[in-house]
Amino acid sequence: MDLTLVGQGLLSGVLFGGVYSLMAVGLTLIFGVMRVVNFAHGDMMVWGMYLAWMLATRAGIDPYVGFPVCAAVLFTLGWAVQRGLVHRIVDAPHEMQILLMLGVALVLENAALVAFGPDPQRVRSPLTASTLWLGPLFVDVGRLVTFGVALALTGALWVFLGHTDLGRRIRAASDNPYGALVIGTDVGRVYAIAFGIGAACVGAAGALVSPILPFQPAGGLSLSVASFNIVIIGGMGSLLGAFVGGLLVSVAESLGAVFLAPSMKELVSFSLLIVILLLRPAGLFGRRAA
Amino acid sequence: MTVPRVAALVVVLALAALPAVLSSYAVTVFIFIFFYAYLGQAWNLLGGYAGQLSAGHAAFVGLGAYTAAMLSMTLGLTPWVGMFVGGALAAALGALIAYLGFRFGLRGFYFVLLTVAFAEIGRIVALNTDAVGGALGLYITFTGNPRQFQFQDNRAYYYVALVMMLAATALVAALERRRFGEYLKAIREDENACEALGVDTFRYKLLAMVLSSFLTGVGGTFYAYYLFSLQPNAVFGIPLSVEIMIRPIVGGAGTALGPVLGSFILSPLGELSRVYLSQGAWSGLHLIVYGVLLIVVVLFFPQGAYPTLLKLGGSMSRSSPKPPHRI
Amino acid sequence: MSPPLLEVSGLAKRFGGLQAVAGLSFAMADGEMLGLIGPNGAGKTTVFNLLSGFLTPDAGTVRFRGESVAGLKPHAICRRGLARTFQIVRPFPHLSVLANVRVGALGRHPDAREADARARAVVARVGLDGKRDAPAGSLTLADRKRLELARALATEPTLLLLDEVMAGLSGPETADMVRLVSGINADGVSVLLIEHNMRAVMTLSHRLVVVSFGEKIAEGPPARVANDPRVIEAYLGEDYVHPAPA
Repeated sequence: MDLTLVGQGLLSGVLFGGVYSLMAVGLTLIFGVMRVVNFAHGDMMVWGMYLAWMLATRAGIDPYVGFPVCAAVLFTLGWAVQRGLVHRIVDAPHEMQILLMLGVALVLENAALVAFGPDPQRVRSPLTASTLWLGPLFVDVGRLVTFGVALALTGALWVFLGHTDLGRRIRAASDNPYGALVIGTDVGRVYAIAFGIGAACVGAAGALVSPILPFQPAGGLSLSVASFNIVIIGGMGSLLGAFVGGLLVSVAESLGAVFLAPSMKELVSFSLLIVILLLRPAGLFGRRAA
Repeated sequence: MTVPRVAALVVVLALAALPAVLSSYAVTVFIFIFFYAYLGQAWNLLGGYAGQLSAGHAAFVGLGAYTAAMLSMTLGLTPWVGMFVGGALAAALGALIAYLGFRFGLRGFYFVLLTVAFAEIGRIVALNTDAVGGALGLYITFTGNPRQFQFQDNRAYYYVALVMMLAATALVAALERRRFGEYLKAIREDENACEALGVDTFRYKLLAMVLSSFLTGVGGTFYAYYLFSLQPNAVFGIPLSVEIMIRPIVGGAGTALGPVLGSFILSPLGELSRVYLSQGAWSGLHLIVYGVLLIVVVLFFPQGAYPTLLKLGGSMSRSSPKPPHRI
Repeated sequence: MSPPLLEVSGLAKRFGGLQAVAGLSFAMADGEMLGLIGPNGAGKTTVFNLLSGFLTPDAGTVRFRGESVAGLKPHAICRRGLARTFQIVRPFPHLSVLANVRVGALGRHPDAREADARARAVVARVGLDGKRDAPAGSLTLADRKRLELARALATEPTLLLLDEVMAGLSGPETADMVRLVSGINADGVSVLLIEHNMRAVMTLSHRLVVVSFGEKIAEGPPARVANDPRVIEAYLGEDYVHPAPA
């Protein structure tokens, strides 16, 4: 066994874990606050990628500079989806919410398909062309920057939720919507903002990943599945769990890619999902059936 | 004979007589209407009546289709028999999914994810298994031999599909009135309350899934021997699962006529976009429409078209039909 | 002397740090109407959940008609003749009243027509005949309580567990319910009822078991239990009125 290869895989996994964590944190925020599962999570991320691509190809803006724009656009999308659609069925049975978000996912994914075509795209960034050597391992600068930015964003979110008034209100609303109402929180507004932030997370994540991996409209589902995997494993009710879970899953997938053929990677992902679903700890998504 | 029965008979007779006056293209459209109504009806048992949403029913179509096709190609087994083998295998897969899902207490979103995961695994396995054609898929040689479930005349397919749709609908309507149907509807409302009334909810949900997946698997054979080509992405993919589930949802999940009505509403639309599919720029457009439809239905017509029409028509239904789920 | 209908021995259940039920033992004879009372949070509904299979006991035994039922699934226990209602009623809101009750009746009468006939009889028995076809979600609370009772009754139980079936009812509604429950018991169905309405439970019960903090603190005929200082101390409920002789 080539240790260097394993080490490379490990490093790659950790670096990409930053992105996974960001995705998972976004999903956790949406679910934690509103108990709505964002089936369209991966498709929103794909739009983040395409927005970055458009910025790069039309306006010459590097994704590492332009990602705030992607985040902002996705924030608006998430906010609008919540305000306009999800909010109307907040009291409806869960199945209705699933179908609604499935509908949103369909619209997003296929709008991307119609707008951009089915073929994989990639964004060129000077950062991804250069590499650094860390001992026997190499890493391209782009991934390193992606990791750093993702980490910084997650940290910023952490601070926001923990130490700002709005952030606290969001956490309050997620713990106890009625209590939050009592203390004067506009719960509807809070929900919309939380959804917006969750979408912004994947918007940024998408932009950060766009120079690293090829992307296509059909890739939304795998990204959604990856997010669900992470949150179900690590989402012990906390954003910390989502964050740690992101790193764990990314490393696992990366090491898996070292040992398995690439075509099997998706297979592993879905199989992992099944295993996790069956063995999942009760937690954020929990409330096991009686 | 009651009025509804007479009306039903008239409709059936009309449908049976139609091919005489329809163009070949129109016959094709109707074949799609009937076939997807059939698949939707099979889904309806699990997703509509029992209230367990599945977004992975394509797995059963794929399994049934590939089974019948492979049995025919390698063993010369006529698809008329192969369809039941395919159905049985699909039922076994359904039993596995249901057993895992319900035994481990997966409900709602988790169960949906489970079904999607299995369908995607099926797709990836088919893509990577050269023995069943791999990424290129399976191509079935056209012989037009009825003994091999192939017909020269489009109209033969029309009648096969019509019979399938009618049989499935009749089955569901019959089950609806029996204990099985009553239990499923109650399970959809409140599983725990059902348990307290002596209903073995696990058993009935499992049965619903097995029947649903069996019927869907049988439908896979029709798919194979009508389209003559099996592509893993098409026959196991999420778009097909969506096609299957959207008809009952739009038409009225948990009602016997829902999938039929939904198919009559949606299939012409799907067919129209199929014409444009060859022009890659528009591929996916009809899925956007489906997405919008799902959203509209959830927001404004959660019960689906059929119950809404009933209400508009002012008729009194004994137990009001409902959206796919309740707390 | 026939064996007790229900024999509970050393029943215990803990939730994390809370010992909800602690070594509870009591028995019921066939045909009896037993009242299970105690202050809020005493563990009474937990006992029901344990008896009806929605929870598994940590310790102790439950023998129903001589057979151990602890650990069986709820539907299996119902099949054996032990039915329950829920404190917060759980009708099938989109099904009609009759369809609701049919679900209960189908257990012993798999044939749809027979079940329908049986269900109609039960619906009439509880006085919901006029609302037979109404969706259960449209009923008033009092009617929902009757429906809950009717559904459980349709399973033809030997023992019926009623969880606060009077809660939320007005005076006249309560009187009706008392008459109904009394009639059911007179028909031969044993009843174990949790109740906070003291007047009702004193009137109805042959015997009382008083539970506090998961333990039995008193047992006996209503009159004696009502005067038991331990019970009075534990809290007898705000509706308490010295019961007049029946």
